[in-house]
Amino acid sequence: MFPGRFHYASPRALDEAVELLQKAEGEGKVLAGGQSLIPLLKLRFASPSILVDINNLPGLDYIKVESDGAFRIGALARHGEIERSDDIARLQPTAAAAVPVVADPIVRSRGTLVGSVCHADPQGDWAAVMIALDGSVTAYGPEGKRSIMVKDFVTGPFQNVLSYPEIAIEATIPAPKGDVAGGFLKLERRVGDFATAGAAIGLEFNAGRVSRAGIALTGVGGATVNAEAAAEALMNSSLGSDAVMRAADLAAEASSPKSDHRGSADYKRHIVHTFVRRILAGIATDQERAA
Amino acid sequence: MTSLFEEISDPTPDDVPVNRVAITVNGQKRTADVEPRLLLAHFLRQGLKLTGTHTGCDTTNCGACTVLMDGKPVKSCTVLAVQAEGREVVTVEGMASGSELDSVQEGFKDEHALQCGFCTPGMMLAARALLNENPDPTEDEVRFALSGNLCRCTGYQNIVKAVLWAAAKDRGEDPTQAVEKYTAKQKGANQ
Ligand SMILES: Cc1cc2nc3c(=O)[nH]c(=O)nc-3n(C[C@H](O)[C@H](O)[C@H](O)COP(=O)(O)OP(=O)(O)OC[C@H]3O[C@@H](n4cnc5c(N)ncnc54)[C@H](O)[C@@H]3O)c2cc1C
Ligand code: FES
Ligand code: FES
Repeated sequence: MFPGRFHYASPRALDEAVELLQKAEGEGKVLAGGQSLIPLLKLRFASPSILVDINNLPGLDYIKVESDGAFRIGALARHGEIERSDDIARLQPTAAAAVPVVADPIVRSRGTLVGSVCHADPQGDWAAVMIALDGSVTAYGPEGKRSIMVKDFVTGPFQNVLSYPEIAIEATIPAPKGDVAGGFLKLERRVGDFATAGAAIGLEFNAGRVSRAGIALTGVGGATVNAEAAAEALMNSSLGSDAVMRAADLAAEASSPKSDHRGSADYKRHIVHTFVRRILAGIATDQERAA
Repeated sequence: MTSLFEEISDPTPDDVPVNRVAITVNGQKRTADVEPRLLLAHFLRQGLKLTGTHTGCDTTNCGACTVLMDGKPVKSCTVLAVQAEGREVVTVEGMASGSELDSVQEGFKDEHALQCGFCTPGMMLAARALLNENPDPTEDEVRFALSGNLCRCTGYQNIVKAVLWAAAKDRGEDPTQAVEKYTAKQKGANQ
């Protein structure tokens, strides 16, 4: 299998990349890790006139923690680099739990977090993680920079709100105001498979009570599911069994899975319920131990 | 080499995009004019006749096409040849130096880590990348690092042994002992 014909450019400056896309009048595509786009090109599901490869743009491969605890992840930070980041392991439990189950180790040496969020695969993992963490994406275009919350960024299956020829240059996880806790669980049929169902949870605690909560689900809807009501149910709780059960019920309700070769809709909803309870139970145990 | 798609019978339009690439493959600089849509796997196999890089699934799943690009394992069926411009690529043909096998190759030989051999080049390069990063991996770490590479024949046991063998050899330890230790542990676990 090989793709149809396209032109290729590998600019060394961001403005040049935007210009190349602009010149292609809507027919150009950004190439980041290529781990979703190249398979699509090979299947001829995409036929851009030009690929604008951003892999040679300088200074986009960073994973930075600010002094206030915010994370800034550049468009060329690979899944594998996030996996090896001590800062992520130490400070960001939701992302740390997700990254080893994103694709397989070899795909992870190319694929990027920002590319995954842009790709907006309903079964992708990063959009769910970023929504649970109140994360945002920074887009750069002819009019300059703008920041978009990931929950508003992903609008549907393989759809985002980037306005051509904008390029996403960074993903940000905001500074926590309380103690950070979180988790990610995904059911996959085998290593490297997309989620049958998955749940991402990001919490902050103040004086033992939940002061911020985000829950997002993957694989169980036409797009990444932002289970806002489920998250809301945890606010001000100390993860008692009532709050946990209520959140799990609401998360299962928010999901709208389809029956397919990965499992029935009921089964997937059941998995969501179990995963939300399981992640929260784990966090509650950690909290008790710390107290 | 102008285009690697000469064998395709479609009439060729006048404006076929072509890019010049210079890629260091197994230590040698190779230059070619290629269509941007050419995959690195095809550049290596058809262009350079380095057929040790296998294409199995062609869908980024099996890892048979794994090569090292700037030291990192990548699936060459999912990288464009033009993306390797200016980079260093190592294929299975570049693992041995002269007649001296890479320790991973020796390990695969010693521990019978292949049957049909289809997955072997990709497996060995993924293993080499692991050992470069982590000279003393546990069994779990070996299995995890190779989880993007599928083998339909061996059941993976001997592959894990081969990698532990190579790791011990690289560390200057007795590779046979390292494998015996692993085998003894496995036996214990099965009783
Ligand atoms: C075998 C296999 C298994 C996988 N399993 C999983 C999995 O379990 N979970 C998961 O989440 N993902 C999985 N993936 C997908 C993988 O994570 C991809 O890396 C990711 O979806 C896309 O990131 P990329 O950098 O490779 O983007 P690319 O493939 O380069 O691009 C994807 C899309 O996003 C656009 N894009 C990329 N970057 C930008 C940017 N900076 N600005 C604007 N647009 C941009 C591109 O134009 C394209 O439309 C898997 C992939 C494979 C091949
Ligand atoms: S041929 Fe490239 S991953 Fe299977
Ligand atoms: S030895 Fe046959 S596929 Fe691995």
